[in-house]
Amino acid sequence: MNPMRTLRSAGTYAFLGVMAFLSVFPFLWMAFGATNPTTDIVKGKVGFGDALSANAAAFFTQVNVPVVFWNSLKIAILQTLITLLVSSMAGYGFEIFRSRNKERIYNAILLTLMVPFAALMIPLFMMMGKAGLINTHVAVLLPFVGSAFIIFYFRQNTKSFPHELRDAARVDGLKEWQIFFLIYIPVMRSTYAAAFIIIFMTAWNNYLWPLIVLQSNEMKTITLVISSLGSAYYPDYGVVMVGTVIATVPTLFVFFAMQRQFVEGMIGSVK
Amino acid sequence: MSSLASGPAQRRRFDINGWLFVAPALTLIAIFMIFPILQSFWMSFQQGRGMNMTFAGYGNLVKLWNDPLFIQALSNTFIFFLIQVPIMLTLALVMAAVLNNPAIRFRGLFRTAIFLPCVTSLVAYSVLFKSMFVTDGIVNSTLETIGLISDPIPWMTDPFWCRTMIIIAITWRWTGYNMIFYLAAMQNIDKSVYEAARIDGVPSIGRFAFLTVPMLKPVILFTTVTSTIGTLQLFDEVANITGGGSAGGAAGPSNSALTLSLYIYNLTFKFMPSFGYAALVSYVIVFLVAILAFIQFYLARESDR
Repeated sequence: MNPMRTLRSAGTYAFLGVMAFLSVFPFLWMAFGATNPTTDIVKGKVGFGDALSANAAAFFTQVNVPVVFWNSLKIAILQTLITLLVSSMAGYGFEIFRSRNKERIYNAILLTLMVPFAALMIPLFMMMGKAGLINTHVAVLLPFVGSAFIIFYFRQNTKSFPHELRDAARVDGLKEWQIFFLIYIPVMRSTYAAAFIIIFMTAWNNYLWPLIVLQSNEMKTITLVISSLGSAYYPDYGVVMVGTVIATVPTLFVFFAMQRQFVEGMIGSVK
Repeated sequence: MSSLASGPAQRRRFDINGWLFVAPALTLIAIFMIFPILQSFWMSFQQGRGMNMTFAGYGNLVKLWNDPLFIQALSNTFIFFLIQVPIMLTLALVMAAVLNNPAIRFRGLFRTAIFLPCVTSLVAYSVLFKSMFVTDGIVNSTLETIGLISDPIPWMTDPFWCRTMIIIAITWRWTGYNMIFYLAAMQNIDKSVYEAARIDGVPSIGRFAFLTVPMLKPVILFTTVTSTIGTLQLFDEVANITGGGSAGGAAGPSNSALTLSLYIYNLTFKFMPSFGYAALVSYVIVFLVAILAFIQFYLARESDR
């Protein structure tokens, strides 16, 4: 091997190594932080400490962890399931039952992807106020279940749903809704798995809208709790880190358990 | 299209079935998307406190023009957009090109590590970064140890460094995300084109600039548009790193990290609520997203010729 090439490949690995280290370090920092007292964290101590139980005890007394965790989980799962049902039906409908008017509406829906949430939140907040839904979990998830992005995602993926299956089912006398629920959903399960992850992650991590809608402590999500603990003038970082660990572990778990579907879901829509 | 729906009666049933499938989603989108957009537009012509509003014509526009905080938020948002998006996308493209080389060992491991930040919630990582950038924190002490700086950098109190910190944070969170799109697109490029270029003696940097980048143009456009929309909507990070979201907190030193979304939030829920004016500011974002997306599509089309 010539020295020039060795040097270049060493440079490549050094670059990748530094990038990978920088990407992973904050996760380590979070783990270190949960085990150190705040005085050590703000001095930049690297390494594990012995304050984990003290931090965890403080976190669990300041925050009603089971309730908050359950709130997050409940909202994320309900939002995911309802979005999957409603938006996959629409994606399927737009692709299979094409007509000129539906195409027009579909294109209009795609345009709404460019509308920032900030432009919607004030009317949505007033609407929820009139409906008496402020400080409810329904108000948190309802605006997102008709998702233009997920409709788009399912329409793209429906293109690969085999026509013969549909035709055969119709010859056998199945109704349209039966074809969708008994054939389409089972056949497209990997598409559903990928979409599940994407929606679950957005719902679990949602911040701005729950911040506006949820007002009492017993309704709040883990994301809101971390934000309010972290925004103190002198935050007790050791305690907050326990919270970030609790909020991050479920998503890390989902990521490592379903890495392939995760990445597929992300890029599947632009294939 | 179904080959079985031939007669007019069947054609109608086919159509009705289709509408039934899309109806629930359409209803929800009409209520929670279309209606708020229109109402927001109507509200932007109104002034008043809370729910008591009166028609003010272009009064809000005059106020907007003379509002120093709005100008500040607008220019901050542009600074983040113009500096952060190119840095992040270039970095993502370079890393994707490096990782696309099958001769690299531990590719999967590197890819997973670099992708990992997108798994975190925006709030959680913001708090982590806030703790890393405190005056005597890990970032400053590391920079001092390796001799890059002699005095701690005032990340939280100097406008320039505060913006730099936000840019570093966002770049950490989103580079791997964009890299995955580039990697996926690179894997679809025909290998023989590269082989031909290599045999013709085109160096790897030339192959990257003149083969990879042009062929990735649709994906680059896609990531540019999504990153643009994301940056214009920047909220979670600035609210949680600089304390701009908490009651009474300013968004960084002299509001150097105040973004449009954060300003809208403050106008609506923190200061004396002025919904009409906030709605107008939100339409500024809609307008900017539309213009920038149009420019990006236009540029992509122009360079195709």
